[in-house]
Amino acid sequence: MSSASQATPGSVTASSPTVLATAAAPRRRSGVWQRFRRHRVAMVGMVILVILTISAVGAPVVARNDPYHTTLSLIRKPPSSAHWLGGDSSGRDVFARLIYAGRVSLSVGLVAVSIYTLIGLLLGALAGYYGGWVDSVIMRFADIILAFPSLIIIITVVSILGPSIYNVMLVIGLLGWPPMARILRSLFLTLRERDFIIASRTVGAPNSRIILKHLLPNALAPVIVAATFGIAQAILLEAGLSFLGLGVQPPTASWGNMLTDAQSLTVLESLPWLWIPPGVMIALAVLSINFIGDGLRDALDPYLLR
Amino acid sequence: MGQYILRRLAISIPVLIGITLATYIIVNLAPGDPVTALISPEAAASLGPDWVAQQREQLGLNKPLPVRYVLWIKEIGRGNLGYSAQDRQPIAKKIRERLWPTLRLMGMALLIALLISVPVGVVSALRQYSVLDYVVTISGFAAISIPSFFLGLVGIYLFSLKLGWLPTSGLATVGKPHTLGDSLRHLILPAFVLGLAQAAPLIRYVRSSMLEVIRQDYINVARAKGLRERAVIYRHALRNALIPLVTVVALILPLLLGGTVIIEQIFQWPGMGTLAITAVKGRDYPVIMAINLITAVMILVSNLIADILYAVIDPRIKYA
Repeated sequence: MSSASQATPGSVTASSPTVLATAAAPRRRSGVWQRFRRHRVAMVGMVILVILTISAVGAPVVARNDPYHTTLSLIRKPPSSAHWLGGDSSGRDVFARLIYAGRVSLSVGLVAVSIYTLIGLLLGALAGYYGGWVDSVIMRFADIILAFPSLIIIITVVSILGPSIYNVMLVIGLLGWPPMARILRSLFLTLRERDFIIASRTVGAPNSRIILKHLLPNALAPVIVAATFGIAQAILLEAGLSFLGLGVQPPTASWGNMLTDAQSLTVLESLPWLWIPPGVMIALAVLSINFIGDGLRDALDPYLLR
Repeated sequence: MGQYILRRLAISIPVLIGITLATYIIVNLAPGDPVTALISPEAAASLGPDWVAQQREQLGLNKPLPVRYVLWIKEIGRGNLGYSAQDRQPIAKKIRERLWPTLRLMGMALLIALLISVPVGVVSALRQYSVLDYVVTISGFAAISIPSFFLGLVGIYLFSLKLGWLPTSGLATVGKPHTLGDSLRHLILPAFVLGLAQAAPLIRYVRSSMLEVIRQDYINVARAKGLRERAVIYRHALRNALIPLVTVVALILPLLLGGTVIIEQIFQWPGMGTLAITAVKGRDYPVIMAINLITAVMILVSNLIADILYAVIDPRIKYA
């Protein structure tokens, strides 16, 4: 769990500044990990996610068949011992596609959220630290993006850029930052009035140092939690877009576009092996990440009463 | 109070202008122009470049971008959203036809979400940390993790194809007299799928709001004066706990609107969502622009109403 261990000790209490720990004892770091491990649901999520990640990374080993190879005799064939989940409408091995699709979904989630976390951190920090017109401009900009229903603005931009896996990452990344910026901004607003910040300003620390060394580490916990839930949401968005034919394009397999065929009632009724497995995989991946997010929230913020 | 409303309105104006600008700029970033998107290359070749230029002139596409933006805003102010690039119909008319089915779907979904979340959230709060509370939390995660299109497909598979209880798609049975029962039978499955995903965050809100309220002094007072527990919970706690729900309902509106895009597609519901998909796939930019604008304005207005309502309902809110 790299994101958890990256959390600096002070960040434990960032969202409840009244009880902010001042001493950066290394003991705290293990405290986060121990609390996380005690969170049973989060551990279940971890196990599922690790399995999914291993199967996605090791796809060529896990799936013995080629996900792109079409075989006429395999078209819409039910599951068999050679093809565990049968064949799709083009005669491709469904199990192999399912495993390879994991690479697409997980990487879209990770990349898209990395993009918007970086943008959100930058803009949120600027808005929260400097306030004034910088804050107003950035926050009105965020308001404008948030005013559009995300799916509608995303399909608009994707249709302009052309649907592809990279454009899906880019669009979710470029439009997803406002909630992140808001979180960081509000934390900075409360943190910057605190004594240790005033102290570092008094001794003449440059703004960049105050932001990077003092404010950011103390604001990371909620950001990590939001990013984790964000990955789950991004995977759902990608699946939805690909399902609608506006995301990852065949022949590349994504869990979402594997379900596109099921819009036809004959496929839906008589070929359940085509659409139930990818649906279950999306749900499993998203659920496991949400569970981990819940565990991180509890572990990073023990003072938050739920 | 009046000042608070005015201030809140004043903040909305730059955002409104920003929405129109953003919509306009994004759509104008599209490669190619409506003329070349409209006609096939063969037709363009046979009709000649003069004809293409003439069409461009007619559509006002040869004026500079800021001028076109101002012209566009003027037309919108007059209620003219332009014409569809695909079938030349006025967009305002198209959207009027589609708005009602979408609002009906969203309204029913919201109702279902509230009917699930209020009782479940309250019980979950009253029995905090019980097995039931735990199950509710886990199911909430499941509800937000299952993609709505998958849930919709499973619903059609089970209730329409296997059990034959509900129709698979559409607003009403074609060729049959229009009845309320028939409409409801068509509405219930899509609305349920759409509502379920929104119920989960609502449950969390009701639960935490209820937890906060039942720790208040006035609840102790109500108990101390010998009221029955039911009266304490329903008459004193619940009413106060539900106040924040006003804002939360406004906050989930964008999610509902986005959700209708996928749900309408699966259930072939003739609303704004299917209109958006058709427009996006057909590169019908005037329609896409209008849908973005209208949904964004709907959300802006609902946020505004929620903020004002919240201040009106809860006198503890300071307007400063």
